[in-house]
Amino acid sequence: MEEFILLFRLDLLTKEAQPSPEQLQVYMKQYHDWVGGIAAQNKFIGGKGLSTEGKVLKPNQVITDGPFAEIKESIAGYIMIRAKDFEEAVNLAKDCPILNGEGNSVEVRRITGGS
Amino acid sequence: MVDTDPDALLPHLFRNEYSRIVATLVKRFGLDQIEIAEDLAAETFLTATQTWGVGGIPVNPTAWLYQVAKNKAINYLKREARLKAKITTDLTSPSSDLSEPSIDLSEKNIHDSVLQMIFVVCHPSISAEAQISLALRVLCGFGIDEIAAAFLVNKETVHKRLFRAKEKLREAGIQMEIPGETHIESRLDNVMTILYLLFNEGYYSVSQNRTIRKDLCLEAIRLGSLLIENKNTNLPAVNALMSLMCFHISRFEARIDKNGELILYEDQDTALWNPDWIHKGGYFLHQASRGQKISKYHLEAGIAYWHTQKTDDNEKWEAILQLYNQLLQLEYSPIAALNRTYALSMVKGPEQRLQAIEEAKKLNLVDNQFYFILLGELYSGIDPVSSKNNYLQAMSLCRTAADKLAIRKKLDKLVYGKPG
Repeated sequence: MEEFILLFRLDLLTKEAQPSPEQLQVYMKQYHDWVGGIAAQNKFIGGKGLSTEGKVLKPNQVITDGPFAEIKESIAGYIMIRAKDFEEAVNLAKDCPILNGEGNSVEVRRITGGS
Repeated sequence: MVDTDPDALLPHLFRNEYSRIVATLVKRFGLDQIEIAEDLAAETFLTATQTWGVGGIPVNPTAWLYQVAKNKAINYLKREARLKAKITTDLTSPSSDLSEPSIDLSEKNIHDSVLQMIFVVCHPSISAEAQISLALRVLCGFGIDEIAAAFLVNKETVHKRLFRAKEKLREAGIQMEIPGETHIESRLDNVMTILYLLFNEGYYSVSQNRTIRKDLCLEAIRLGSLLIENKNTNLPAVNALMSLMCFHISRFEARIDKNGELILYEDQDTALWNPDWIHKGGYFLHQASRGQKISKYHLEAGIAYWHTQKTDDNEKWEAILQLYNQLLQLEYSPIAALNRTYALSMVKGPEQRLQAIEEAKKLNLVDNQFYFILLGELYSGIDPVSSKNNYLQAMSLCRTAADKLAIRKKLDKLVYGKPG
């Protein structure tokens, strides 16, 4: 088994793109159903959501308000999973409900140097 | 209420007072003399049996027991002191302590001692199995034969387990004390694990002895109450564990039939669910909601709460599914994974049964009988052949006759019964 990180990118900034509280509840349920399914296979390692505020630091002591502002989508959260290879990791990521949103993305990266 | 028959009264008193006497004496003597404390407690009960059998039961049997235990303990301490004085008399002054030794039998000291004993017995230096046996013996006053019956092992094995556990405690140099603030949470975690194992041992026991099984559950709850009574250990997670155990035990009478066979949740007579226990569970769940941290006991208590609800609607199963989703993210276990998938199938309903089956197959627990029972269940009504094959597979993995019988019943239903 190898370990992978799944990075969720979505538009956290544009006002019109933000879900209503009711929508958010539906999204959270879909999300937990999906993560629960991965955890039920004993392939969930951990993960967290990220708050919308942030700071971006650059060389020469440049600090800007984040999240990273060059693109509309920023990292909204991540989970780490176990999978036997990249293909399985991608397969698990495929059902992520975040992908129902236009412009959103899930990036799958293998964690190196781990056990 | 004093029972006039000493034979009926004694076992009850023994259970209640044994652990309190042993803990208090161990507190006084030190943990390395735990066997002496146990012997003195046992002698006390022997004296009681003999005296009460002839002269009748005293007005206050508990006070009587403490007085006798105290006398025996003081005699023991004096004997030890004299012996020590004899040995050391040539080396030191003869004035070694020969004053009247004292035993503190105040309610507070007894209570503190028992609580400290809980932490000693549930110490991570000994195996979980040994911790449970030791808990039953020292904290619950179970006889060796009762422990043997609960675990379906012989008395010799129980003796060995207890002996090794006590030896380990001595080697590790464990003290009779409530862990300090820095350690209390992690040590309490271990105590809760043991209490829950103790409870489950009774609830899901391999033993057919119904009385012992229920006693195990009740003892786990009683020990939990002791934690609740002390402000240092009355934490939200402990309340959640209590809530969970109360909700579960509310179904105790409904889930086992006259022959000791398990009745599945969906087949239970809900009139047998005990409302008092459900009420208590609700109280503790409310208490558990103080604080921010959500422990696995909170989630399991939530799941148990929904199982006490007699309705069978989508809201119930959706709530259970969400709780299992969270529980699995906190801590994986095969049984939680299977239960989560069952809840999912209930939420999805018969129309999306195939989807639920797909999810179930992903669990891939091929050496777990309950995995195949779940698949058998999900296939029933839409694919009897696959259902049967899964049930048969489950049966080949069963170790007890009771489990086999439960599956046999499902198979019979499948072949002869109504669809769905």
